[in-house]
Amino acid sequence: MAKTIIPVGPYHPLQEEPEFFKLHVEGEKVVGLEIEIGYNHRGIEQLCEQKTFDQVPFVVERICGICSTSHPIACVQAIEDAGDIKVPERALYIRTVIAELERIHSHLLWLGLAGHFIGYNTVFMWAWKYREPVLDICEKLTGNRNHYAMMKPGGVRRDIDENDFPWVLKEMDKLVPALDLFKGAVLDDPVIHARLKGIGVLTKEEIINYSALGPTARASGVAIDVRRDHPYAAYDRIDWKVITCEEGDVFAKAVVRILEMYEAASIVKQCLKKMPKGEIDSKPKEIHPGDGIGIAEAPRGEVYHFTRSDGSNRPARHKVRAPSFMNVPTNHIAAVGGTVSDATIVLAAIDPCYCCTERMAAIDNRTKKTVLNSQDLIRLSQEKTERIRKQLGK
Amino acid sequence: MAEDVVGKIKNKFTGKIIKKTIKKSDKRVYIYINPANIVEVINYVFHDLKARFQIASGIDTPEGIEIQYHFAFDKLDRIVSICVLLDRENPEIDSACQGIKAIEWIEREIAELLGVKFRNHPDMRHLLLRDDWPKGKYPLRRK
Amino acid sequence: MSIKLNALTKSLWVFHMAASPCNNCDIEILDALTPRHDIERFGMLLVGSIKHADVLLVTGCINKKVIDRMKRVYEQAPKPIIVVAVGGCACTGGMFRDSYNYAGPLDKVFPVDAYVPGCPPQPEALIDAVVKVINKLKGK
Repeated sequence: MAKTIIPVGPYHPLQEEPEFFKLHVEGEKVVGLEIEIGYNHRGIEQLCEQKTFDQVPFVVERICGICSTSHPIACVQAIEDAGDIKVPERALYIRTVIAELERIHSHLLWLGLAGHFIGYNTVFMWAWKYREPVLDICEKLTGNRNHYAMMKPGGVRRDIDENDFPWVLKEMDKLVPALDLFKGAVLDDPVIHARLKGIGVLTKEEIINYSALGPTARASGVAIDVRRDHPYAAYDRIDWKVITCEEGDVFAKAVVRILEMYEAASIVKQCLKKMPKGEIDSKPKEIHPGDGIGIAEAPRGEVYHFTRSDGSNRPARHKVRAPSFMNVPTNHIAAVGGTVSDATIVLAAIDPCYCCTERMAAIDNRTKKTVLNSQDLIRLSQEKTERIRKQLGK
Repeated sequence: MAEDVVGKIKNKFTGKIIKKTIKKSDKRVYIYINPANIVEVINYVFHDLKARFQIASGIDTPEGIEIQYHFAFDKLDRIVSICVLLDRENPEIDSACQGIKAIEWIEREIAELLGVKFRNHPDMRHLLLRDDWPKGKYPLRRK
Repeated sequence: MSIKLNALTKSLWVFHMAASPCNNCDIEILDALTPRHDIERFGMLLVGSIKHADVLLVTGCINKKVIDRMKRVYEQAPKPIIVVAVGGCACTGGMFRDSYNYAGPLDKVFPVDAYVPGCPPQPEALIDAVVKVINKLKGK
């Protein structure tokens, strides 16, 4: 059978950022996948070397607009590890609150986009509607909807106001019925079961060999979570649990993310109730020479920062590794062998973040080959949902 | 238990560890080894000690190009970094991606940003930069 | 006013092109389209292909790998097209202007009609920009 190549990208409606996939298909079946990245490479690691330790958190914040707390947290932890800096208790709680709020709005965002890819625009609109109150909370507590600029080596940059707490707790309580709505809409819908179950399966061994992270790993039964395994901020003082699933398919990844939002909401509430009073910043004066590693659990998995101080006020080297850098190569396994109409949701299931990964691809146009465009791809996916819906008489 | 991991690596590879192990804290240990043994050591850490590969960081230092392979022991709350120091003029090292799939992309990245040559790597194309990026120009090298 | 321009003021369809963004401006663009702000009420729709678009929203700084692709997308756009630079990076390069992979500000690549500064600009700012562009087309 003739092999068809479907170029997806770099500009296409599938994802926000420029990235490039080449799907090799035979008929309906995906037989190969090439991933090319680099469209989003901005040289942040080198920019960090030009900034002082105080400025670096602002730079790494702009690696990614969705993980704009996880990167600064990992970064300041790396600097604190290098310089042996203590952090006041209240600052740790504030970090936890902001990080969990970010997790909720990031998971809602993914859920909405996933709904859109399989033709459920209602889920898309709902998810983004309920995401807005979370952004309101962020704006109230930190001053901005995204890019909070809260982290600094030694603590946090500004305090959060106790007078806002009752309102935040009320908003968090209101979020739970909204999450129930999603749980009902996603977990009990036979069409979504038919679309998402058993596709894009990743086994435990593949997860370990690719060192995949976060919800991608946890959906395959690999219970790794930096918040529990390498406790940071206030996670070891709070009661919460790691969510895992065994199946490893796209459905399991959705389940993990939905259940994680409940945990996140509970963590925020506990933190606000237990928030100690006191200093928020230990005001470090210098970073002595040495290496430091900081890790934090972003919504997509472990964010890793390495910093080397040579005793000056600038890092000699700052290395960043975002979770998608490890998760994206798993698409080689997950997408190949499936059908074209499933490819969109499989490629999106790891919640890839190319801003973080800082890379993407270019295609050499091979003539003679039939070429579908990426809109056809989303259309195919949405048509399949429609077909299943009819079969189920919905 | 926690000490065991570092002890095991030290025992297994006595003589191949070149510099004294730097124990930064209970949770962070840096082990400097001979570049010739890199594949052997990291395969042992990954497959036998069941560590999770986090990432490799390439660093341009005055002494040479340093590569640190970071491994996390999630059950022990500990990160062990296997470090090698390469010659600055002609940095070359064996690729470890035959045994560990996760290592493939980062080796490509270090190759293009720092100019390290990975022997036996299956795919040495550019990962991040343009395909026509000037040869011999490595963004993360110091002037 | 020509009939083409007159038609352009009615229901603007937008195509969103991310140069090398941090994703935040892109999300705020989607935010403007979803229920809270719901810019779709005014006939504005995010479309999947540049060939259907009246407005090109560009986010992020421009890197050396993406610049050829951007030029190609702009060539495919039906003219007249309104180009809006969204966010500090698209307007000026922002903090990425010193990067080795930065390929120059957007208005050196193709003509820009409106600039929306901010990191990220709020959805309200985007709506304000659209209103200003429509007024500009009407010659007000």
